[in-house]
Amino acid sequence: MSTYILRRLGQGIPQLFIISIILFMLMQAFGDPVATLGARTPTKQADKERLRRMLGLDQPAYVQYLTWLVGNDWRKMDLDGDGTPETYGQRRGILRGDWGNSLVTRRPVLEMIGDRLPNTLILMITAEVVIITSSLAIGLYSALRPYSLFDNLITGLSFVGYSMPVFWLALMLMYIFAVNFRRWGLPYLPTVGMFDPEVGKTPAELIKHMILPVTTLAIISIAGYSRFVRSSVLEVLSQDYIRTARAKGVRSFQVVLRHALPNAALPFITLIGLDIPFLLAGAVVTERIFAWPGMGRLFIDHTARADFPVLMGILILISIAVVIFQIITDVIYSFVDPRIRLG
Amino acid sequence: MADTVSTTLSKETIIKPPSSAPLSPLRLGVRRFRRHRMAMIGLGLLLLLILYISFGGFVSRGYCSPIKQNVSGEAWANCNDTSLKLNPPSASHIFGTDVIGRDIFARTIYGGQISVLIGISAAVVEVILGAVIGSLAAYYGGWVDSVLMRFTEAMLNIPSLFLLIIGAHFFSGGLPTFNFFGRELTGSVIVIILIIGVTSWMYLARIVRANVLSLRERDYISAARALGASDGRIIFLHLLPNTIAPLIVSATLGVANAILAEAYVSFLGLGVQGATATWGNMLDGAYQYLDTAPWLWFFPGTMILLTVLGINFVGDGLRDALDPYSTRHL
Repeated sequence: MSTYILRRLGQGIPQLFIISIILFMLMQAFGDPVATLGARTPTKQADKERLRRMLGLDQPAYVQYLTWLVGNDWRKMDLDGDGTPETYGQRRGILRGDWGNSLVTRRPVLEMIGDRLPNTLILMITAEVVIITSSLAIGLYSALRPYSLFDNLITGLSFVGYSMPVFWLALMLMYIFAVNFRRWGLPYLPTVGMFDPEVGKTPAELIKHMILPVTTLAIISIAGYSRFVRSSVLEVLSQDYIRTARAKGVRSFQVVLRHALPNAALPFITLIGLDIPFLLAGAVVTERIFAWPGMGRLFIDHTARADFPVLMGILILISIAVVIFQIITDVIYSFVDPRIRLG
Repeated sequence: MADTVSTTLSKETIIKPPSSAPLSPLRLGVRRFRRHRMAMIGLGLLLLLILYISFGGFVSRGYCSPIKQNVSGEAWANCNDTSLKLNPPSASHIFGTDVIGRDIFARTIYGGQISVLIGISAAVVEVILGAVIGSLAAYYGGWVDSVLMRFTEAMLNIPSLFLLIIGAHFFSGGLPTFNFFGRELTGSVIVIILIIGVTSWMYLARIVRANVLSLRERDYISAARALGASDGRIIFLHLLPNTIAPLIVSATLGVANAILAEAYVSFLGLGVQGATATWGNMLDGAYQYLDTAPWLWFFPGTMILLTVLGINFVGDGLRDALDPYSTRHL
């Protein structure tokens, strides 16, 4: 098992390097960050050049990449522009835990992500719990009564859910449960942010503010997932060992819960494991609509300012999560399915 | 030969008299597709939408007061009468007006043309990239395969919406307008098409690679090679046509995904710029009018939903119809 994990890591690490190179090339194409600093853009040409030198933007792209990767604190840099290097660099590189500083706020990238990550996680984990439980329940129920009215209804609805633009669903939910409920004098839900500033940061407020974004995220995912659960349960139910279990008189719900569900859940585990890291990212639109102060909004806000250390940080973090979750999924899979031996 | 075909198609032979000729794969696919109820509903929906965006322009016309004349067609869609801004749906503007007083009904028609154009073109880009990369990797194998597939995996591990946002931001602005079938389009239309295509080919490349890997060992490929066919001829005339089924399905669903992607990017304010309407950029900023002017986002959003729904229904039907091992919906 541990050799397997090591081997997978050995494949994952080069992959992360490829990803980081692709991303870095994209960032190079991004344009001049100094020009997009807004009001803080220096007006004098000499000041602009000095700022570029300080940020290391005057270096060739491969030097910038290496600086980002392993740092430059052993090299003398030419900061005053007289042609002779005189100051040691201060970057330690991502491999030594220095994710760089934001060009906009000058704060360490890791700190900025750290501020937003818990907000995204709290939204995502809640949404994921809702998604997994509901799609298992709906998928199982549909599979036990295939082509019934409920099943056909769910099939139709899941197509609608799958085809729905996230923002359209979010706006509809907001319009019904926030705007119109308020108009009709019913208890209504808040639409923006995590807390009401007048009430303060209480757990009750947080839950109230989470209902709409979680519902939005859940409906979109449940649509696809419940179909997936349905088809894998249906497939398992047609197997011989299910017929054997039924024939020897095992009660119906026992057959489903003990024999069918664990086997049907196997492909579902893979699907979820591979999708979870993308949930970190997938909520860009949802976070924007509900003004949720998470990573997605951090990304959007800093795209507009060409703040590429922050963008690189977020994208690399998600890529690391993707690679790690792929390994975790495979390992969990081998525990749940005794037929699989990892070696 | 007829016997082997009819045994695999037992249900078909029950319906058809055994004396008739065996169905060609194409006829069989068409037959399967037509029996797929969801796909036929989706096709009907798409036909209605195509009628709407093609001929809707003939009924949308009106008096444009800023230029003091009656206008029709796209001029009406772009006529901004600020005295009419944010009017709710009424007899003269059945979908209401937007923040600068343009008719939303006319804009959903002309925006729909652009959205569909973006969707189809982006799917074409996606299919070309996916088919070429997938087949090159599988056909040549070795280091070509390793390099292309590592690249594909790396692209897959980056969330595509993030790539879209970065690409759309980087290339936004600075492009000349161009003329397309008598319509002035901003260069950002091309940018969005390319970006969506470039960020969505990865799954297709893997499907094509898997198919070509199994096909290239077949005898007819050896025969073609023995006859002296070039690599290009083998790939494009012998291998790719035999993976046409996944290509068609991916292209269909790709149109839906591209329309959604355009909507997301535009919703974030990074999409097609300028006067050119798309369903996506009609939604840009509309959420600020969530409670005061819901018609701003309701109508273009519903158009996107119906189009994507229709395409997904059709794509699902095609998948079932074109899969030779499919026994569903027969």
